[in-house]
Amino acid sequence: MNIIVCIKQVPDTTEIKLDPTTGTLLRDGVPSIMNPDDKGGLEIALRLKEQRGGQVTVLTMGPPQAEEILREALAMGVDRAILLSDRKFAGADTLATSNALAGALRTLPFDVVIAGRQAIDGDTAQVGPQVAEHLDLPQVTYAEEIARADDNCLTVRRAIEEGHQIVEVALPCLLTVSAGAVRPRYMSVRGVVEAHGREVERWNFDSISVDERRVGLKGSPTRVFKSFARGGRNAGTPREVDPGEAAEIIIERLQEKFIL
Amino acid sequence: MKSDHKHVFVFAEQRDGILQPVAIELLGKARELADALQEEVYALLVGERVEPLAPECIARGADKVLVAEAPELATYTTEPYTQVLYRIVSEREPSIVLFGATTIGRDLAPRLSARLATGLTADCTALDVSPDGDLLMTRPAFGGNLMATILCKEHRPQMSTVRPGVARPHPRDPHRQGAVERVDARLDPSKFKVKVLQTLREEKTRVDIAAARVLVSGGRGMGNPSALNAIEELATALGGEVSSSRAVVDAGLLPRERQVGQTGKTVRPDIYIAAGISGAIQHLAGMEESGYIIAINKDKYAPIFQVADLGIVGDAARIVPLLAAKIRALRETKQ
Amino acid sequence: MNFSLTKTQELFLRMIREFADKEVKPLAAEVDEQERFPAETVKKMAGLGLMGIPFPTEYGGAGGDNLLYSLAVEELSRACATTGVILSAHTSLCAAPLHEFGSPAQRAKYLPRLASGEWLGAFGLTEPNAGTDASAQQTTAEEKDDHYLLNGNKIFITNAARARVYIVFAMTDKSKGTRGISAFIVERDFPGFSVGKEEKKMGIRGSATCELIMTNCIVPKDNLLGQTGKGFGIAMKTLDGGRVGIAAQALGIAQGALDETVKYVKERKQFGKAIGQFQNTQFQLADLETKVQAARLLVRSAAFKKDKGLPYAADAAMAKLFAAETAMEVATKAVQFHGGYGYTREYPVERMMRDAKITEIYEGTSEVQRMVIASHLLK
Repeated sequence: MNIIVCIKQVPDTTEIKLDPTTGTLLRDGVPSIMNPDDKGGLEIALRLKEQRGGQVTVLTMGPPQAEEILREALAMGVDRAILLSDRKFAGADTLATSNALAGALRTLPFDVVIAGRQAIDGDTAQVGPQVAEHLDLPQVTYAEEIARADDNCLTVRRAIEEGHQIVEVALPCLLTVSAGAVRPRYMSVRGVVEAHGREVERWNFDSISVDERRVGLKGSPTRVFKSFARGGRNAGTPREVDPGEAAEIIIERLQEKFIL
Repeated sequence: MKSDHKHVFVFAEQRDGILQPVAIELLGKARELADALQEEVYALLVGERVEPLAPECIARGADKVLVAEAPELATYTTEPYTQVLYRIVSEREPSIVLFGATTIGRDLAPRLSARLATGLTADCTALDVSPDGDLLMTRPAFGGNLMATILCKEHRPQMSTVRPGVARPHPRDPHRQGAVERVDARLDPSKFKVKVLQTLREEKTRVDIAAARVLVSGGRGMGNPSALNAIEELATALGGEVSSSRAVVDAGLLPRERQVGQTGKTVRPDIYIAAGISGAIQHLAGMEESGYIIAINKDKYAPIFQVADLGIVGDAARIVPLLAAKIRALRETKQ
Repeated sequence: MNFSLTKTQELFLRMIREFADKEVKPLAAEVDEQERFPAETVKKMAGLGLMGIPFPTEYGGAGGDNLLYSLAVEELSRACATTGVILSAHTSLCAAPLHEFGSPAQRAKYLPRLASGEWLGAFGLTEPNAGTDASAQQTTAEEKDDHYLLNGNKIFITNAARARVYIVFAMTDKSKGTRGISAFIVERDFPGFSVGKEEKKMGIRGSATCELIMTNCIVPKDNLLGQTGKGFGIAMKTLDGGRVGIAAQALGIAQGALDETVKYVKERKQFGKAIGQFQNTQFQLADLETKVQAARLLVRSAAFKKDKGLPYAADAAMAKLFAAETAMEVATKAVQFHGGYGYTREYPVERMMRDAKITEIYEGTSEVQRMVIASHLLK
């Protein structure tokens, strides 16, 4: 079975701190990591290969330093690694990103494409389904486990609000996977030792099949109009109120914070 | 071309014939946006035998309800729903289409946006209209550390998924007038490649406290079984998890994996409610990076208040049950 | 001259850190408290190839080198010194001499099992009356037909209770002194071999340290490691390598204690401010950090020289001496910075201080290291 996993290098957002007084982001020295959901997807891909045989390819779009996560994937046991990098792809929103990835996937043979549900720097969860649409593939989002794999279909367990769904999807297809669903394996020592001696294929715009107007900033319908920090703490003195009033104040704040 | 697109469409998500709370919230938000734009609100009801939900959509702010029914639409799957919505949206050319950021909304909206080749903004927490009449879509980024406002200026429709709980519902007005129109689903089953074999309804399983978005944490001041029940109820009402300080774990009331602090776990939920926790340094070390901290403690000099965004001086054992009850009541009136 | 890690080393560090933080650290207190060998962790390490880091892939090793191995011991020990020494004794004291001195048949038989982690290895040199003076061996090996008969006891043997194979030293000819010592590969199942009860130790309490008891233990002649009479040299060369491992262990403990202290002094407030804001704290921490970094350079330089085939015995001794004394100093001061809390088991620095002490003692006490260093200096 040919399995392609789309992965992304992201800043480790759990390491980002806020300046307590200005509320601005302190991004210096924040490490870059393989996006956790993508790593979950990679684990599911490697398990599928162990079960059914075949090949696992990882594909990432990003700047040249994104090579690091491809080496990590190689050390985890993937067979092939492709770095799609071109200035023409810069400034892409999810739609333009999905167009570029779909352009690369069009030139590759596959039975299953696996993507992380969402990236921790954007949290959009849009790229997977958009890629599936461009390639006219059926999609299963929020996948947690491949319960069964046959030559022409997969049985997949996916998370929904009410619990779980068991769905059957025809191949070829695209799955998106959440980090919590599986525990990704560690790199093996031998994998690490050999990772830098192995090939990372470097692809650019000319390597793939996509219309230039559909990628990068030009191909992005959405733009960031402005961004702003969430702001620091503003505790003030604790309030001495009766229990009923206390509950009202807390509810009000929870509503402001969109929890209610 | 942009000016040809008019009206605000809301995907009125229903599951098993129940209109989802987020759909009602979105109709309220759409009402505000449409009033600002002097346009109309359309509710899109898709499913099998869903027309009975139309009056509720109207009462909640819709001017028109488009109803598409087919047996294949009874249980949500991506392709049939995408086909129906693609046809409706491409024929009727709305200016805005809103979805709830639910499992369904976040599966469907990106698929549809790609088919329409337009922009989509995920998981918005605020929507507004710019002076030019464009939709301003605000959402958290970088793990919630940053807020970004997104525009989709040149493409129509402007699409967004909206986080449940963000928008205030329009009060139900049974006298509101609106039109209901049935739309032919006209599905192409040759593309249906996903079959739902089984839906397993489960009690939500406990998630790792380090991964929870909302934590209700009990300390020594809540260190007895009945107080902990109240903590549990509040956590459930908020869709969060229960955690605690070391004292509660040492007393054997909760397992070690629920302990927050230097010798327990480090957590950074969006909301951390510290009930009856004084805030020993070991505890603070494990939670002070939380997004928003609410502290309830009898001692107004308790160190927990130094890291809190909202501090309440009072008996957590009394406030927490009251809070849980009020939130439950609030949820019921909303539905 | 290049002081930065290679990309491979950086990737390895990322892997081992993640493993240490997620799999090793959470068990460290329990392993110590219950004096429990962390078998589940060792099994996971085996699955990742950590039990055979510096050995060639043809023997089932990972094809890495001693520098990677030293990084592994350091990072594991930062989280749990017991886990660090289990790997160190297995790799440096058992698999390494087999690889270095073993015949092709011995390598083929034992290395794949050791490198894969299927078998755990150990090393038996120390005796009740042969500690620092290792030449005073009283265990004997008597040649008989197609085998040797070994008689004697070895004490304080790391991994003893869990190992399947041991490198054991014994006198084949008492009249020749150190030239009468030979090395043997002894399997746990050999007749006449048994493992005594576990020692109750101050630190590294999960490392399954026991006595080895040999009573007419039958060891096939094929299991003589190297030539007869060459055992002492094998032991000394093996310990040179082992010292890189223990130096890395000590470095890991020192770094772990320093990390805990830095975290603590930022949080702990006294007299209205974090104790990290007091100059006394800052100056002491600066000294500790400097020593830890110096120890790291010594450890890496010794591992580097071993990998390059350069003489490294004195470097290993200096690395071990300095890292061990640094570990003890950092851990002791870490407890002091933590005050009363540091004296309780609620905080890991108490364990680290107990763990650190052994690094000044085993695989050559600090005094032995000074002897080795001085002998290189004065030769």
